[in-house]
Amino acid sequence: MTTFLGVPLRRKPDPELRHPNPLRGSESFPQAARHELGNTQLRANLAHATSVIRAKRAAVVNEVPDWEALRDAGSAIKADVMVRLPELLEQLEEKVTARGGVVHWARDADEANRIVIELIRATGQTEVIKVKSMATQEIGLNEALEDVGIAAFETDLAELIVQLGHDRPSHILVPAIHRNRAEIREIFLREMGDAPPGLTDEPRALAMAARAHLRRKFLQSKVAISGANFAIADTGTLAVVESEGNGRMCLTLPETLITVMGIEKLLPTWQDLEVFMQLLPRSSTGERMNPYTSMWTGVTPGDGPQEFHLVLLDNGRTRALADTVGRAALHCIRCSACLNVCPVYERTGGHAYGSVYPGPIGAVLTPQLTGTTGHGDPNASLPYASTLCGACYEVCPVKIDIPSLLVMLRARMVDEDRGRKVPDGWSAAMKAASWVMSDAGRFAAAEKLTGVGRLVAGKKGRISSLPFPASKWTAARDLPSPPAETFRTWWARERGDQS
Amino acid sequence: MTASRSSGAREHVLARIRGALSQSGTDLVEIPREYRTVGPWKPGAPATIELLVDRLVDYKAIVHRAADVAELTTAITQSLGAPTTLTTGAAPAVVVPVGLDAGWVDTIRAAGFEVLTDSRTDPVPLDRLDTVVAVVTAARVAIADTGTIVLDGADDQGRRAITLVPDHHICVVRADQVVGTVPEGVALLTADCPQTWISGPSATSDIELSRVEGVHGPRTLEVILVGAAAG
Repeated sequence: MTTFLGVPLRRKPDPELRHPNPLRGSESFPQAARHELGNTQLRANLAHATSVIRAKRAAVVNEVPDWEALRDAGSAIKADVMVRLPELLEQLEEKVTARGGVVHWARDADEANRIVIELIRATGQTEVIKVKSMATQEIGLNEALEDVGIAAFETDLAELIVQLGHDRPSHILVPAIHRNRAEIREIFLREMGDAPPGLTDEPRALAMAARAHLRRKFLQSKVAISGANFAIADTGTLAVVESEGNGRMCLTLPETLITVMGIEKLLPTWQDLEVFMQLLPRSSTGERMNPYTSMWTGVTPGDGPQEFHLVLLDNGRTRALADTVGRAALHCIRCSACLNVCPVYERTGGHAYGSVYPGPIGAVLTPQLTGTTGHGDPNASLPYASTLCGACYEVCPVKIDIPSLLVMLRARMVDEDRGRKVPDGWSAAMKAASWVMSDAGRFAAAEKLTGVGRLVAGKKGRISSLPFPASKWTAARDLPSPPAETFRTWWARERGDQS
Repeated sequence: MTASRSSGAREHVLARIRGALSQSGTDLVEIPREYRTVGPWKPGAPATIELLVDRLVDYKAIVHRAADVAELTTAITQSLGAPTTLTTGAAPAVVVPVGLDAGWVDTIRAAGFEVLTDSRTDPVPLDRLDTVVAVVTAARVAIADTGTIVLDGADDQGRRAITLVPDHHICVVRADQVVGTVPEGVALLTADCPQTWISGPSATSDIELSRVEGVHGPRTLEVILVGAAAG
């Protein structure tokens, strides 16, 4: 069988970079989405997975009587974090240091990767185990380690599937959501090395194969790398929320733990856990509580890693923070609820966004983290990867108004383009429409032309394909058949005597 | 090492944050805390215990109830099952934290198991931990709403590794440790010790979102509720 090739890596490598940029694809969203939509297996996998998780989330959110009050608190706590970020970061650093941890600061991905590499080299190890972490995905840490001869082993089941499949993550929470069980079985048999020969595609059998595969690694590894779901400023506590126990293994058994965390993941006080430990699990996996949460403060003598390093990462976050409206994207706690409800994400999947942060939150976060360079920048197309239906805002546990952010960013992209000498199709069409509509005679003449549209639409009542330049519209969506009568002719016929 | 460079980075990042905030504003935010901080029932109340049991069972934990110490002894023995003599001829081992109730430890020994006592100063080696049949611990607090048991590393709960590596975790929770809501639980906890919040056995939903219980953590979680009459 050769049908399990899945989603090929379409991103062309940037000639400047050995590895693809984790935050920027090589194609605009519409171009990439067109490839992805052609993959019927992908669409079936996504439709199934997103509908299952939507139902689970709805069930456990509906049983919480004070859900909206929790969202209000969560939203305000994160807004408070942004306002007080410098003092809270300094407080976190002080507390972590006082408890025997070492805090490092990284301006960008390269700096963070260099810090982690030096820390690993100092241990003399050439292998590390990893807990699933968006921050380390964002900085391309695994690739950076590979370049210097350090092997990083992902231990989350979905990340393992992605890593073994030489694939890219397509979802924040379930990075292998685009793979079905049969594909995963193929990947394990082909890549794992120690997969049982009679492996079936039962999820239980696949999970047990992963357990056996990783067991020795957990017991022998000296260095682990993690992200963090929360860091509590007033105690210096770090929290990792997970399900499988791979996180506990990485956070507990090795001698050295290196945690890479975005500067925005702070919570001001210990008490704030009471809000976020309710909001995150129910929004994320649709469980009342995730199976395992680990919390640690610096180093505990005799229990867990005796060397702890925390790398605080900017990598564009301060760029986003400078925007009054846009900075709300930094409130995100990476639950992925907005991906699961998004009609666009459900059809295109995560790879079309070109960034490790896909879906609605990715469409507002990615362009702000990277900045955009105008029309040709793939990330400039991301704010358009939405129908603005508002479902993402409804489910967001910290009430990020993603639709408003999308509109704000679209306006920014248009503004960035104003200086262009050659007008694009959109502004040319707007100029033409303006010319037609500013004169009654021209407008009446244009209305007459709508009769042609009815002929083109025919019995099905839709226009699906038009010649250039109107093809720019019909390539993406149908045009409804124009009505038999315009408003102005109707008015003249019905109320002409009153005008 | 990275000291000089990262201290430069520290000042640079903090300056960038302050610069960004000077553009986007630093109006202080009022935090509304209108959410529930207590549930409808008191800690340890029968309804609180019922809710915890319902949540634990829903996430595939096995629950026993023991009204008193005699019933607890029976429950521990039942949970451990019959000791199967190993091929080496040695008795199968159970690991316990150093501060576990001496009466419970006697129960385990009386049931025919070798008892390995673990502490921060005298830890059971990892490879040995990987061969034990079970771990028995107490708990710090249980949260009924979410079916969560919190271990905080105290002497009757032990190092994090002992409740992670063995495949079978037997956790004894006193009825008066069971609170209704997450805020009640958080209020009882401090950042002093490393914590593990456990809600059911380890699980994954990474394959087509179908839940599989038992991945890397203990595949069996048994909770013994003491002081709660068997319902």
